[in-house]
Amino acid sequence: MSAWAIRHISTAVAALGRLSRQPFASLMTVLVIGVTLALPAAMHLVVKNAQIISASWDNALDFSVYLRTDVTLEDAQRLVDIVGQRADIESVTLISAADALEEFREQSGFGEALDHLSVNPLPHTLVVRPGAANTEISIGLLNEELGNLPEADFVQVDTEWVRRFHAILNILERAIAIGTTLLAAAIIVIIGNTIRLDIQNRREEIEVTKLIGASNAFVRRPFLYIGVWYGLGGGLLALALVGYGLYALEEPVLRLSGLYSSPFVAVTLDLKESLIIAGSGVTLGLVGSWLAAARHMRRIEPR
Amino acid sequence: MIRIENVCKRYPGGHDALNGLSLHVEKGEMVFVTGHSGAGKSTLLRLIALIDRPTSGHVIVDGQDTRRVTRRKIPAYRRQIGMVFQDHKLLYDRPVFDNVALPLVIAGLTHREAGRKVRAALDQVSLLSKEKQSPETLSSGEQQRVGIARAIVSRPKVLIADEPTGNLDPDLSLEVMRIFRRFNEVGVTLLIASHDIALIDQLGCRRIALADGSLAVEKEEDPVAEYVERLEAENMRDTWQP
Ligand SMILES: Nc1ncnc2c1ncn2[C@@H]1O[C@H](COP(=O)(O)OP(=O)(O)OP(=O)(O)O)[C@@H](O)[C@H]1O
Ligand SMILES: [Mg+2]
Repeated sequence: MSAWAIRHISTAVAALGRLSRQPFASLMTVLVIGVTLALPAAMHLVVKNAQIISASWDNALDFSVYLRTDVTLEDAQRLVDIVGQRADIESVTLISAADALEEFREQSGFGEALDHLSVNPLPHTLVVRPGAANTEISIGLLNEELGNLPEADFVQVDTEWVRRFHAILNILERAIAIGTTLLAAAIIVIIGNTIRLDIQNRREEIEVTKLIGASNAFVRRPFLYIGVWYGLGGGLLALALVGYGLYALEEPVLRLSGLYSSPFVAVTLDLKESLIIAGSGVTLGLVGSWLAAARHMRRIEPR
Repeated sequence: MIRIENVCKRYPGGHDALNGLSLHVEKGEMVFVTGHSGAGKSTLLRLIALIDRPTSGHVIVDGQDTRRVTRRKIPAYRRQIGMVFQDHKLLYDRPVFDNVALPLVIAGLTHREAGRKVRAALDQVSLLSKEKQSPETLSSGEQQRVGIARAIVSRPKVLIADEPTGNLDPDLSLEVMRIFRRFNEVGVTLLIASHDIALIDQLGCRRIALADGSLAVEKEEDPVAEYVERLEAENMRDTWQP
């Protein structure tokens, strides 16, 4: 190992040793950082799970295009072929007026009464399933275009609320991004402040070290490592908190998905996300301590 | 080795601590700076250590004009000079060994690499057996010797000391001076500020007397100054009203 690496490792170990000599204060700082990091991580998981759930609802996102009653079955058939050729549409199925009536008869229990109708009041209906590549906007356009077909009477999207839900999730996602930024700033301030106090407490040591020839980089290094340890500790604690939260929620979620007879299992943070959380802890710790050192270290000169 | 050329130092507030001082310490010399309290001894050493800069004039150490040493280069400059302080300036959160090793660690050595040099330095101040102790558990004289070991561990060519024996009893003072003497014998240039004239005379080193920020005129060589001083003292006695 190079001398450079040995120096850094020994500085890092020394910084850890210094933290362990004030276990309570150090743990409090790590706790604050951990909770602050766990908050956006947990929110992110909630949204991620909601997205997975709602993705399974996307199947329900079909358009029912009710045709005018004067459209014949042949015209409707032709329309199916035309519409079905569009690239943004996965499938089109025709429910003829007769089929619809039959289905209604079976499901409603009005069988007898319906027999007395001389004409079938129901129109032919196209059930249009959009392709998976569609976006919110293209779905909206598709809705409009289907409604503008000369044969169409009106278009109904029963599952409008799914799209609203998507929109809400999107807003939520963005809100979390903003909140995460604020919390990151808060962590930088917390670590920066802790390091500032530490620098003040070790003022004399810094002065003496500079007096015998230490560069700014040399006196700064232990403080940067303290910041890194705080950040890493906070990041790992955040992961533990999130993990514990999921564990605590596992049973109720299973019970709920059992009620829906859906096989939903809450997803946890994957490896990449875990690394991002731990990594942002370290980065924020480094940034916070760097800022504090840059601001307060320079002013400490031997007198 | 140390050349002071017409140096003035005016502190904020307008006090001139040094006033056109010039002096020269040869390579391998051991020189004492004496003078009344406030004469400017510490100020002189602070300028050499680049803790402060002269208002005018030049401080040249081993051929380097300190005016040319930029802020960024100060650490490297200081590493060439050993410094001993009256108040030791040890770090009390770590053992003696680590204190002495600090200049080497700053210079980029690992603790293990530093070990041999640290022990050699501690041996020279007869503290080899105390390397694991905290400085707090040492007597004042021992602490001062730790400070000296730290100053010489990286074998500087120049060593400056500000009243290194100020807090020590005569025996300890003599011992510290003997240590300095030994460094001087191996070629280290020393500039030491001290009040202890008797001790200095005992060592037989050159003495530079400061008074009010310039070289003092030796009294026995200048009866006029002595006369003026006496007149002033009498004058003050006459005008002094309780
Ligand atoms: N930081 C400062 N700001 C203003 N004046 C100062 C400062 N440091 C020293 N002085 C003044 O400069 C003069 C010289 O001080 P210096 O410390 O060099 O004296 P000294 O010879 O070391 O005295 P002593 O023997 O008491 O240590 C004194 O009058 C002192 O009051
Ligand atoms: Mg002084």
